Amino acid sequence: MEKRLANWGNYPVISCDETTFTQVDQVEDMISSHSSIIARGNGRCYGDASLATNSVSTLKFDKVLQFDTSTGVFECQSGITLDQILEIAVPKGWFLPVTPGTKFITVGGAVASDVHGKNHHAEGSFSNHIIDMDVITGKKETLTCSKEVLPDLFWATCGGMGLTGIITRVKFGLKKIETAYIKQKQIKARNLDELIRLFEEYNQYTYSMAWIDCLQKGDSFGRGILIVGEHATREELNAQQAASPLSLPDKRPLSVPFNFPSFALNTFTVKAFNWLYYAKNTKREINNVIPYEPFFYPLDAILHWNRGYGKAGFVQYQFVLPLDKKEGLVEILKRISDAGLGSFLAVLKVFGHQDDLISFPRQGYTLALDFPVRKGLFAFLDELDEVVLQYGGRLYLSKDARMKKDVFWQSYPNAQRFAEIVKAYNGDKIFHSVQSERLGIN
Amino acid sequence: MPTALILGAGSDIAVAIARHFAGEKYDIQLAARKVDSLYPLQQDLQIRNQVKVESFAFDATDFDSHAAFYAGLPVKPDITICVFGYLGEQEKAQANWSEAARIIHTNYTGAVSILNIVAEDYAAKGAGTIVGISSVAGERGRQSNYIYGSAKAGFTAYLSGLRNRLFHKGVHVLSVQPGFVYTRMTEHLKLPALLTAQPQQVAKDVYKATVKKKNTLYTKWCWKYIMLIIKSIPEGIFKKLKL
Ligand SMILES: Cc1cc2nc3c(=O)[nH]c(=O)nc-3n(C[C@H](O)[C@H](O)[C@H](O)COP(=O)(O)OP(=O)(O)OC[C@H]3O[C@@H](n4cnc5c(N)ncnc54)[C@H](O)[C@@H]3O)c2cc1C
Repeated sequence: MEKRLANWGNYPVISCDETTFTQVDQVEDMISSHSSIIARGNGRCYGDASLATNSVSTLKFDKVLQFDTSTGVFECQSGITLDQILEIAVPKGWFLPVTPGTKFITVGGAVASDVHGKNHHAEGSFSNHIIDMDVITGKKETLTCSKEVLPDLFWATCGGMGLTGIITRVKFGLKKIETAYIKQKQIKARNLDELIRLFEEYNQYTYSMAWIDCLQKGDSFGRGILIVGEHATREELNAQQAASPLSLPDKRPLSVPFNFPSFALNTFTVKAFNWLYYAKNTKREINNVIPYEPFFYPLDAILHWNRGYGKAGFVQYQFVLPLDKKEGLVEILKRISDAGLGSFLAVLKVFGHQDDLISFPRQGYTLALDFPVRKGLFAFLDELDEVVLQYGGRLYLSKDARMKKDVFWQSYPNAQRFAEIVKAYNGDKIFHSVQSERLGIN
Repeated sequence: MPTALILGAGSDIAVAIARHFAGEKYDIQLAARKVDSLYPLQQDLQIRNQVKVESFAFDATDFDSHAAFYAGLPVKPDITICVFGYLGEQEKAQANWSEAARIIHTNYTGAVSILNIVAEDYAAKGAGTIVGISSVAGERGRQSNYIYGSAKAGFTAYLSGLRNRLFHKGVHVLSVQPGFVYTRMTEHLKLPALLTAQPQQVAKDVYKATVKKKNTLYTKWCWKYIMLIIKSIPEGIFKKLKL
């Protein structure tokens, strides 16, 4: 049935006929009966990557096929969401090898965006942990691929935004944990220089990220909080936590029931940050042991917080710049703070080395922040794109809803090769999204 | 651990029911025509809930096979949930007997055939619960789906008679009347959100109703009142409506 559909940013909204499936042959039927379709997981990409006139929802294709609790090998259908995997794996002492800042994404989405977490510098992106997977291509074949078998299909599918076909099954390795808790350290940085120094100083930590206050100027420009962490060992838990180290205290998430006027969320985050920065953090450094949920998924505690940006929606702007282009980071942050169009908080992370076909991560700094959609925004972001290009950076397709075609082709060095592989596996039957058409990929 | 048998385990409602009962620590027996297609669900239920799950081939319209199917179950289930059904196409069924027969035999004859066998076993043991997933479509015939509706009407009447008989033997029978449900079967339709249940809601309602030993269940609950109104429309008026 046709309905109005948007992803997490509520922009753009399009008319879409969405179909579900529970068996592989139903996907083959859909490929036969449509000239163009795209896979859609849980719609947590921000923009138009999983939007098309016809989309195939994987959410009912959500079965766990295998979980070896001695080796941590996990095999599942692509529509299962990460929160369900955590529910199954954590009590057995296993954790996701890589997780984005929300657990409400599907495994198919994790592969298609080749998601990264706070541990990219230490453990790479999601594709690094895949053993093998099945993809149904436009020729209606189910192909099993891995780093060894059909590597071209494998690498074009990781970070390929659904354009090689429908990922149906994924087998990957989980990570051993002793407890469901994280030993975290929060350190205040007075400005961007200090923050970047801190990133370097604490780079041996498995998990790290920082919040940056985008409104500060002068000496406090880029002030922020670095948060680093490790999975806690049993010895590091207090008596109450140690009573059942692999389970978390129950907490019901709150929900934002409808679209707020867009200033509301900013006011909220300003308050939350200031609270963190001043009230809670009177000391420069805080060390504590907390459940994994608030550490990895602070925003998931408020379901549908995206509605806080109002009806017009928002875009998230995430780019990566090479490590030696710190001045680019400064320039972009300055522009953002001067324009005053963005959210007040930005997230900064450091990526480790990665050099594959089409995934977003590459060694360097990555910054992400939200921009409510309003007049003048897209012209401003086009200017930012130029700066990103100038410093040899690129934008994350999973967050993108507006990048111009040329920017994509100039910033992803393997774009041509990627497009060729997509074509080779799909012939004239192709997987198309609003995004892939905008970027002229197929 | 108690065991639940799910007849027609491939549908969205059946999957949700299987997950709910497995979550309540029931061992699960899945039965459907294509037994291979049940393997992912079987693994899923086992891994998520650490219960025992087995799959069996079962064809509702192959009546002769039903006795052997039930006799072949290694453990007899404490609760049997009959979920299978076939909506079919009304217009096709009006003109084409094989479609009409398939609708009738899946929704009515097949259900009677297998539940007769289960009922004998439960009556002899003096224990057990039978759940039949019928439909509000069985409460009044409408031009748009009266072949399906009449088969479900037959099934609903069968269940109420069965309840009456087995009550005296200590066996409980629950009839379930779902209204609109978001499933693959209905995803091409525009359904009113307020009146439409998610399969998980149906599963939860069914589980609760078995615990409370309710006789009939409408899900969503509002369908009880909607059907009261629909049934109270005088036939003289009803026949003129385009429903
Ligand atoms: C609050 C929040 C925080 C986030 N934090 C991070 C982060 O830290 N790191 C990060 O990397 N990302 C992050 N993201 C982005 C998110 O992880 C990705 O967009 C992810 O791909 C969303 O998955 P999904 O299941 O919702 O898929 P969708 O959003 O529906 O689709 C995303 C893409 O995957 C494709 N796809 C989905 N399923 C399949 C399939 N089975 N076969 C083929 N293609 C498929 C779609 O076609 C589309 O191109 C965040 C998002 C939110 C909302």
